[in-house]
Amino acid sequence: MRIFAFIHLLVSIPHGYSNYVETKAGQFFSSGHTNNWAVLVCTSRFWFNYRHVANTLSVYRSVKRLGIPDSHIVLMLADDMACNYRNPKPATVFSHKNMELNVYGDDVEVDYRGYEVTVENFLRVLTGRLPPSTPRSKRLLSDDRSNILIYLTGHGGNGFLKFQDSEEISNMELADAFEQMWQKRRYNELLFIIDTCQGASMYERFYSPNLMALASSQVGEDSLSHQPDLAIGVHLMDKYTFYLLEFLEEVHPASQANMNDLFKVCPQSQCVSTPGHRTDLFQRDPGSVLITDFFGSVRKVEITKDTINLTSPVDRKKYITGFLCCQTNL
Amino acid sequence: MHCKSLWIKASAKSPAKDQFQEELVIRPLHSGDIYASFQFRTLWDTDFLQEGQKKVSHYRLFPKSLGQVLSKFSVQELHISFTQGFWRTMQWGQPFIPSPPGAELWVWFHHTVSDVDGNWKELTNVLSGIFCASLNFIDMTNTVQPSASFKPLGLGNATDHRFLRYATLPREIVCTENLTPWKKLLPCGSKAGLAVLMKSEKLFHSSFHSQAVHIRPICQDEQCTSKAWELRQTLNVVFDHYTSGQGKKEWSLFKMFSRTLTEACPLASSSKVYVDITDNPELSPATPLLSQAVVLGDRRTYSVYDLTRAETFGQLRSFNLLLRWKGDNMLRPLLHAERYVAGFGLQTGEIHTVIYNNHPYRAFPVLLMDSVPWYLQLYIHTLTVTSKSRDNKPSYIHYQPAKDRHRPHLLEMLIQLPPHSMTEVTVQFERALLKWTEYTPDPNHGFYVGSSVISALVPSMVAMSTNFTQDQPLFSSFVPVKEESSYFVRVYTEPLLVNLPTPDFSMPYNVICLTCTVVAVGYGSFYNLLTRTFQVDEPSPPLAKRLANFIRRIRGVPLLA
Repeated sequence: MRIFAFIHLLVSIPHGYSNYVETKAGQFFSSGHTNNWAVLVCTSRFWFNYRHVANTLSVYRSVKRLGIPDSHIVLMLADDMACNYRNPKPATVFSHKNMELNVYGDDVEVDYRGYEVTVENFLRVLTGRLPPSTPRSKRLLSDDRSNILIYLTGHGGNGFLKFQDSEEISNMELADAFEQMWQKRRYNELLFIIDTCQGASMYERFYSPNLMALASSQVGEDSLSHQPDLAIGVHLMDKYTFYLLEFLEEVHPASQANMNDLFKVCPQSQCVSTPGHRTDLFQRDPGSVLITDFFGSVRKVEITKDTINLTSPVDRKKYITGFLCCQTNL
Repeated sequence: MHCKSLWIKASAKSPAKDQFQEELVIRPLHSGDIYASFQFRTLWDTDFLQEGQKKVSHYRLFPKSLGQVLSKFSVQELHISFTQGFWRTMQWGQPFIPSPPGAELWVWFHHTVSDVDGNWKELTNVLSGIFCASLNFIDMTNTVQPSASFKPLGLGNATDHRFLRYATLPREIVCTENLTPWKKLLPCGSKAGLAVLMKSEKLFHSSFHSQAVHIRPICQDEQCTSKAWELRQTLNVVFDHYTSGQGKKEWSLFKMFSRTLTEACPLASSSKVYVDITDNPELSPATPLLSQAVVLGDRRTYSVYDLTRAETFGQLRSFNLLLRWKGDNMLRPLLHAERYVAGFGLQTGEIHTVIYNNHPYRAFPVLLMDSVPWYLQLYIHTLTVTSKSRDNKPSYIHYQPAKDRHRPHLLEMLIQLPPHSMTEVTVQFERALLKWTEYTPDPNHGFYVGSSVISALVPSMVAMSTNFTQDQPLFSSFVPVKEESSYFVRVYTEPLLVNLPTPDFSMPYNVICLTCTVVAVGYGSFYNLLTRTFQVDEPSPPLAKRLANFIRRIRGVPLLA
């Protein structure tokens, strides 16, 4: 009798263990996204706005390091700083003084550059309404399971962001663009980061679900630049993005850091301005959202228990419809 | 027997042959600078454009992205170059492959294409994605169809210039984001072979940097029985004597590129380094291999290093070339040109193009092509061509006037240059006022006018070789040599930077403020005048007076005022 109980126990332990694995796997895949995209925009022109290009390139560098490939990044730089004739070290853009870190690197692909960075092109990229001859590298080909990171930097004010010193995008236009994206099912969750003066005004008007926003300063405050480099002659980075870069350098693809850590980046003692964030439109609790859900590209694996013969068309069709049904249940 | 038939079947379906060669030519210049020219050539025996044949799907050495572009848009020949800096002909001589500052694209389409403009528009968009450049700014306002200057460099008896499109973007910047996809087109990438030397931090810290892609169909042999597609990727760079060279005429591969060579590309059938030793520089490591070539009308001697042989790399498995020279004499280039804008103010101006023929006794004709944007309105009746202060009438002129916002000016002339002379071409223009949405975000920088192109067959001092050999080094076989006594040269002038009358963009805001203020003040005053009435309002007297009046009323005495 005892032996039977013992054997029953022995059998149930592996069964219980496999249940444990499944629940752990279920938790791991609970965010619901299958691919990651990033749209990184620098909106300022002219050599004295070097720091905005350095900001964008440092986020680009972190995002690439954590796994998002170039084909899933739309990088827009309004002016060329690296090969600018004023740059004493060509083909480099530095983020730390004394030229410690070259964020431009050797393997960079800029999709929109120079005069192509306009409000119209930015909104077309977001909403997907591009002319048919646009190449793939310039399109945001996201779907309803994509997590998108959008980073904007430049000069801004209360309710607007300046593009190339000649036009502006207002917070209402941005909110409407995100609503279009939501209605066309172009994102699963979206993280919006903005590093400009009075940046919090840009996310006040959002009204679509699944949006989380961070800004470097509140309405009425200015975001300040960090440190100049005497050899290059301009300020290299903005304070908020400098500390954001330092924070992201500690993050690796398997890290468990969550959004609450991101909200703590650059408190007022370091940044002088007060960074703000908005999470009321976001479904999940920010403490359960990993940094790598937006900054990294973690590959998803779908576990299946039965074997499927992919060469037989009947089986393949059954598998695909079964897959679709299970995806919606997640 | 069954096996034999299988073997025959297999060989019949074997993929088309392709071949890859890489080469680096180093030429010390008399000013102390050093010129390095990389060429990578892929030859492929296939036909993208043949109808009825199954689409090409197996790519080995030829990059797939370019192959698909060629077949989709029925391209016969494609030449694209990205250049930073201007080639100084008087100090550096003639380049192996010339290119204008900015981006230049010219394409010959196949004669079966029905909508050339549509294909051209889509092709520029696709190329802008491949090379990360803003080539999508090429449209009808900066595209021309030259009638004589850009004949096909490969096969093709295309004489109908309706299938040719040419455009330049003089403002286009070249940086690492253009080099990265260019390197990815190479079979070995930047991991092996000569491409390991291409580090952007050194390449862009130079006086001149130009990278190009040239695709054309060529003959494989003398009788042209078999044709092949040739893809040449070229990269020309000139390192400055003072900024990179520390002021010494002493260079090494490590000093130029901050790398040394460790191996040839395993996919290359030939991988060579040529060093120009005609002026007897000191060279180490020494090599017994020498080669003589007549290139650009001059017989030069080259030391050859074969990287496919292991002994080139020596004990340390690394090849670093050291070069030191003292010589000062340079062959004076026979043809060079300059261009500048004369005049003052923002209303009119004059474009001067000066062409020098430095040959002591021979005269030769040159074809000058000018493509001027529509907002510089040329007055062609003021066109003058003078040589040695005498009028020199061109024997062929092709002029297509501009159409506002639609088409640029195209002027092509065949001018005979007298020996040892300077020829000046001048034309006056007027600057147009653009609509306010047509200005760039930084209009005070100015507007660029693309380089003029001067194409000529220059008489050669030395007999050129017209023999067709597959073993010719790549730098001497780029342009086909048709006759012994002359060689083909293309010279690009400087681009022009012209200021257009620029409005004050804050004026709409100023006008609105001023108008609203005037209306408010004017209408407001008028309204007040008509509708305002005045009523006397007695102020309430102070407390003391009120008390006094109260007491006086009780007493029955008259009140105070």
